[in-house]
Amino acid sequence: MAVLGVAYLLFSNTQRNLEIRGIESGFAFLWQEAGLPIGDSLIDYDPSRGYGYAFLVGVLNTLLVSILAIVFATLLGIVVGVSRVSKNWLLAKCASIYVETLRNLPLLLILFFVYTVVLASFPHPREAIEIAEGYYISKRGIYLPRPLAEDGFAVFAIASVVALVLALVFWRWARNYKVRTGRSVSGFWGGLAIFVVLCALSYFASDKPIGSELPVYKGFNFKGGFALKPEFAALLLGLVLYTAAFIGENVRSGIQSVHAGQIEAANALGVSSGVVTRQVLLPQALRVTIPATTNDYASLVKNSSLAVAIGYPDMVSVGGTIIGQNGQAVEIIAMWMAVYLTINLFISLGMNVLNARVQIVER
Amino acid sequence: MQETTVTFQPTEPRPAPVHQTKAIAWLRSNLFGSWFDTLVTLALTGLLLSFVPDLIRWLFVTATFQGDDTVCRENGGACWPFIIEKFQVLMIGVYPQDLAWRPAICAIALVVLAWLTYWDRIRGVALIVAWAVLPIFALIMIGGAFGMQEVDQSVWGGLMLSIMLALVGVIVSIPLGILLALGRHYGSPAIKVLCVTFIELLRGVPLITILFMASVMMPLFLPPELVINNLLRIQIGLIMFSSAYMAEVVRGGLQAIPKGQSEASLSLGVSPVYTVAFIIVPQALRHVLPPLIGRCIALFKDTSLVIIVGLLDFLGMIKSAALDTDWLGFQAEAYVFAALVYWLICYSLSLYGRQLEKRGPNART
Repeated sequence: MAVLGVAYLLFSNTQRNLEIRGIESGFAFLWQEAGLPIGDSLIDYDPSRGYGYAFLVGVLNTLLVSILAIVFATLLGIVVGVSRVSKNWLLAKCASIYVETLRNLPLLLILFFVYTVVLASFPHPREAIEIAEGYYISKRGIYLPRPLAEDGFAVFAIASVVALVLALVFWRWARNYKVRTGRSVSGFWGGLAIFVVLCALSYFASDKPIGSELPVYKGFNFKGGFALKPEFAALLLGLVLYTAAFIGENVRSGIQSVHAGQIEAANALGVSSGVVTRQVLLPQALRVTIPATTNDYASLVKNSSLAVAIGYPDMVSVGGTIIGQNGQAVEIIAMWMAVYLTINLFISLGMNVLNARVQIVER
Repeated sequence: MQETTVTFQPTEPRPAPVHQTKAIAWLRSNLFGSWFDTLVTLALTGLLLSFVPDLIRWLFVTATFQGDDTVCRENGGACWPFIIEKFQVLMIGVYPQDLAWRPAICAIALVVLAWLTYWDRIRGVALIVAWAVLPIFALIMIGGAFGMQEVDQSVWGGLMLSIMLALVGVIVSIPLGILLALGRHYGSPAIKVLCVTFIELLRGVPLITILFMASVMMPLFLPPELVINNLLRIQIGLIMFSSAYMAEVVRGGLQAIPKGQSEASLSLGVSPVYTVAFIIVPQALRHVLPPLIGRCIALFKDTSLVIIVGLLDFLGMIKSAALDTDWLGFQAEAYVFAALVYWLICYSLSLYGRQLEKRGPNART
């Protein structure tokens, strides 16, 4: 009863306050013209589109940066974690300095540092560093050639999918063959070979259907090509460096949780070191690593909201601008919560499936 | 199909170890164990040589320690007079200069108490009381009361503000977190649903949205007559956020306590409230002290987000110092200094956490 009372009080207060300030409520504003410019957008956007559409652009930006950061942070995190338990003294020391430094700094500081110090130290587009033709690094961002689909791309795309399916079929067959006969055929390398060879064949057979548009320096900046804006690059780099330190710790504790006797026993039985890693170490280490890493992925997605501090138009940044324009904070914050909760739900669902596969099956 | 048998083939026996002197043996096993190790060592050495000497030169050799910005620009290295000049602003923001001794006393009290805690000189009830009294003392000293000149909260800033936000946040959110965890673990279904909703909602969204909510939306929820200033609203937002995480940590501890403990206590006639307060919670907290310290570190790092809602904490002051027109182009120094301060505080907290881990119930013997 007390809770209901408090809820009613809050609700009536809100109603009264909104009236006093002359703020409308409800979601009708989503279709009103937004009039706010957005720098980066995955889909066509111009300020005459509605608020709802602008918010969607922000959601897509959040998703883009989160997914890329998760992929790269996982890769870097694995390298860091494995390095920390390496027998190579120098490597282990470097990795542990990396982890201890990055974990004890606020992410926002890292973002500011990357954005204002690291990226600002790159040259003006006029004197951009050219890595190869079409690849430039400058203050205003990183420019890459944009891949373009030409005639015959459909054929190539279908052939690639077929190749992938064939590779997966081969992989399954190799596993079954091993279970049946005890002789092992490398399903991974065989599958990879099938995929690469078929893709290459179809690529040349359909007359090289992928072209590229090179960025060109014109006026004061590059035109064309695929541009990574400095805000995006800084956010991505900051998130990757920061989260990799945490994932590295998960990987390390996973590896160290496997009893040394297990590895020694496998070595004593003459099992090769690759098989020890894949069949003895990894399955047991993953049991510890995966649940902790799920939390880190979830916090990475939430941390991507710091984009607002360096001006990358993610969902929070766009939403904040909308609040500034029409004051409908309640609706925007409800939308933020809905999107973040959905993303986190999907992350934990996906990771739970993965987790269920590596946990010990108790009978 | 013909059955094939796989015969066991042992690997070649390894050669006997060669006798080596200590230093060479150490190098062999730690840096040049295999061709791959050698490659990694060489590559890393190359990488380190490519930037560490430059970094040291910038930090110390060509750096300026006395003078003004023109001297700095001539020398080309790091410009430390910039930090020295801005030091007071970075520490206490635009707090009145002639009253700066008040936050200084609080800082000394904080350092002394942290020192005593780290070396285990005070413990038990005295420890808890001391830490609970410290922020109240600090609020009185910094804000001014009992005849001291009052200082408006809008001029609080710098590292002082960061530490205040974190300290008050931790000290209020731990008891709140314990209550939430107890509600989730022992509460009636209605209370349980409430606690779970609160915890999961707050843990599901980024801190920034909660800070936005505290700074923009909270005035909408409250009656128009009740005005809470921005700093307090943001502090409340931080406390709510932190208590949800603390609750999850404490819940882990509650689950680690075997049922026999409460059964034994109840069968001895101890009341349920006393059982929870004096048997279960103290043991649960002992189990989760290290992760609780981890949450404290996280909260301290998270206080840097308050600049997004317009408070000038330590990072905010660093940022505005970096934009000072008299000292343009020295932002790297500002951020390096900020990194050093944050790192020192967080690392010493994590050292304390590790020390607790060694003393705790899960210590490996």
